[in-house]
Amino acid sequence: MPDSALLRLRGVTKRFPGVIALSGVDFSVRAGEVHALLGENGAGKSTLIKVLTGVHPPDAGEFVLDGRPISARSPKEAEAAGISTVYQEVNLIPGLSVAENIALGRQPGRFGFVDWRAVRRHAREALARLEIECDVDAELGSLSVALQQMVAIARALDLRARLLILDEPTASLDEKEVAELFSVMRRLRGEGLGLIFVTHFLDQVYAISDRITVLRNGQLVGEYVTAELPRLKLVGHMLGREVHDEAGRVDVTPVAREAAAPLLEARGLARRGAVHPLDLTLRRGEVTGLAGLLGSGRTETARLLFGIDAADAGEIRVRGDRVSLGAPRDAVRLGLAFCSEDRKIEGILPNLSVRENLILALQAKRGVWRTLARAEQDKLCEHYIAALRIKTPGPETPIRNLSGGNQQKVLLARWLATQPELIILDEPTRGIDVGAKAEIEQLVAKLRADGLAVLLISSEIEEIVRNCSRVLVMRERRLEAEVAADNLTTGRLMRAMAGGHRE
Amino acid sequence: MSRSFTRSPVFWPAVGLIALVVLNTAVNPAFLKITLLDGHLFGTPIDILTQGSRTMLLALGMTLVIATGGVDLSVGSVVAIAGAVCALMLQGGHSLALTIVAALAVGGAAGAVNGTLVARIGIQPIVATLILMVAGRGVAQLLAGGQVLIVKHAGFGYLANGFFLTLPVAPLLVGGLFVVTQLVVRRTAIGLFLEAVGDNETASRFAGLAAARVKILAYVFCGACAGLAGVLWAANVGAADANRSGENAELDAIFAVVVGGTALTGGRFVLAGSLLGAVLIQTLTISMYNLGISPAVAPVPKALLIVGVSLLQSDRLRRWLAGLWTRGGKGTA
Ligand SMILES: Nc1ncnc2c1ncn2[C@@H]1O[C@H](COP(=O)(O)OP(=O)(O)OP(=O)(O)O)[C@@H](O)[C@H]1O
Ligand SMILES: [Mg+2]
Repeated sequence: MPDSALLRLRGVTKRFPGVIALSGVDFSVRAGEVHALLGENGAGKSTLIKVLTGVHPPDAGEFVLDGRPISARSPKEAEAAGISTVYQEVNLIPGLSVAENIALGRQPGRFGFVDWRAVRRHAREALARLEIECDVDAELGSLSVALQQMVAIARALDLRARLLILDEPTASLDEKEVAELFSVMRRLRGEGLGLIFVTHFLDQVYAISDRITVLRNGQLVGEYVTAELPRLKLVGHMLGREVHDEAGRVDVTPVAREAAAPLLEARGLARRGAVHPLDLTLRRGEVTGLAGLLGSGRTETARLLFGIDAADAGEIRVRGDRVSLGAPRDAVRLGLAFCSEDRKIEGILPNLSVRENLILALQAKRGVWRTLARAEQDKLCEHYIAALRIKTPGPETPIRNLSGGNQQKVLLARWLATQPELIILDEPTRGIDVGAKAEIEQLVAKLRADGLAVLLISSEIEEIVRNCSRVLVMRERRLEAEVAADNLTTGRLMRAMAGGHRE
Repeated sequence: MSRSFTRSPVFWPAVGLIALVVLNTAVNPAFLKITLLDGHLFGTPIDILTQGSRTMLLALGMTLVIATGGVDLSVGSVVAIAGAVCALMLQGGHSLALTIVAALAVGGAAGAVNGTLVARIGIQPIVATLILMVAGRGVAQLLAGGQVLIVKHAGFGYLANGFFLTLPVAPLLVGGLFVVTQLVVRRTAIGLFLEAVGDNETASRFAGLAAARVKILAYVFCGACAGLAGVLWAANVGAADANRSGENAELDAIFAVVVGGTALTGGRFVLAGSLLGAVLIQTLTISMYNLGISPAVAPVPKALLIVGVSLLQSDRLRRWLAGLWTRGGKGTA
């Protein structure tokens, strides 16, 4: 069947200064299928999408949609040709309403006047098509991340769309929300659309995709039928080597409990509208998990511990001394570190180099005058680029040119470089590939062995179970339960997270 | 190699400057001529540097403020206040050194007010500094009692129009300050902190930076530069005029910074580019004078120049032009 393909790419090549992001990649998607596009961080997945949709001009390649050659010079042209895209870095505006976001850049109206009634109606229709209930006048920023994601899809999904591209849409969704997204995807597939789905979650690949294309280092590894490709084989294709165990087991035995001194203790810590009073203790040489559904108050708790938000009540002790944390700066100086979940807004300095991004927290900790010598900076960069296998043309590349997962690794390096005593990791493996995920888990184990206290926040229950020796469970902005190592299982944790009403 | 050269932030202002110089020399072959007279250097290039030194000074301070993602509209008014302070101090018989210190202190204090409004209270930089831009003239009037204060002081005039080892003093002063600033900013972490705050303030704060303090520092430095510029202004004309000194100076300074390759959105800054931008603007002013263009229409060529250089610096425009070039015959579906 030579041309059952909806989309057919041939020989796509794209070079950036210092990197060949894609070299001669062939790729095709059929109508009515979900096609998973997989590969390690920096493999070229997002670049392939951006070249196809006119964000970057390709250096070479043929693009055929529905039998007709296309060459989009902007996402708008791609959209007109029938390709709708939700990019990895969602570019919605939190301060605008849902309807305004959906209409952004193509407001119906005449003579420069916007027809607001049409804007609302269109937004309602777009959301209805995805069967999503949502007030179109609500401010986007007030919605959950999952709903925002749905709004992004509604925005992208033009009525004439033949192909929908989703670049890591599930990175910040919890299981229930992923299920909702999948039912939307299945419905669209049923309507005969082709879907391209990028993710690092292999469970999701097997749950939804029909076929798989794997990229490695900008080259095509192969195309496979999902049902015929065993998981370990898939991981092997992605990493380029044989694998026997997907995520290396991590040793979780805590350092003997009595020996472990408390590093940070919080008593009655609370902030109105964010978290109810809670007590917690984080010990040296122990990885403590913080589990809960989205919006359960995990990130809010971390923000209190790091001095980002001020607590209304309660006290925090670090190494036994009562401390007042007025700003992250105070926390950094006490040896705390916080790797935020929102890498775009709270993490990267997009136009500064990898080196500057990497040393920022350490330099801030040392203060303005105790400047890190350039040689020291270069040494740190060299060390972390190698240790975390950060894929970058060099330390002087602006961090915005790195792939999402590699940006995440730089941020992790930023905090490790400060040699903290307590590190709070909020979704540290978000957007990180299978290989690197295992490496980061190993790193967490090593930090623990070195005597650090680690607080791990994750929406992936398996990740928590694998890495933590003790888990605090939050529900509805309250610390609900503590599950100790000996009876830490996925099922038990899920029950604790969901609360008594659900089983 | 050539590619990285054209990408340097000072490339386009340099091209603009060379173009202006070529134009001027075509009209007046003696344009670049410098002569040694009475042991002093004279000539149009020297005039440009001497007369441009005030804008350079303002641009120096403005660069750091713009790097943090802000802007300071009040520098022109601070020039007037500092000028009035100088006149009053010298008339009151104080020493020149103390007078300069007072002008710097007044400028720095004005900057501290701006910085506090912006960084601690959270007012938009344009609005926050507009307050002092408007009120500052009033303060200067109040200080001067509604008069133009005449200053007669030999050492004071020397600052603006004197020569040191055949070289004009004012540009030397500004050049020295530039070198010191450049060293301090790039050898310590201050430069990184300024750029970090300008590039992503939230992320900088989360990384442990005292973002508010960094911003206030930039405004204080900018204010102090304006204070010093006020000294030069009053010294140049031998009088402090609360209405006219520093008039529109903030716009020239902002133009110099932007033309010099520092984006108004904040982040990366180029001090040398700002100086070059100031020289470019001064050269344009003098050229118009030389070419006999009436001062009334002078803002038009100035605006054209600024638009031109800014457009050339735009990546998007350059890509578009390059696209026209390479696509040429191909034609696209
Ligand atoms: N605008 C750019 N300028 C320079 N290099 C870039 C740019 N965009 C991407 N790259 C480089 O191209 C390569 C492929 O990046 P891409 O974003 O496509 O990876 P990815 O497969 O999407 O990875 P991830 O899973 O981390 O999102 C990387 O090495 C990256 O550094
Ligand atoms: Mg990507």
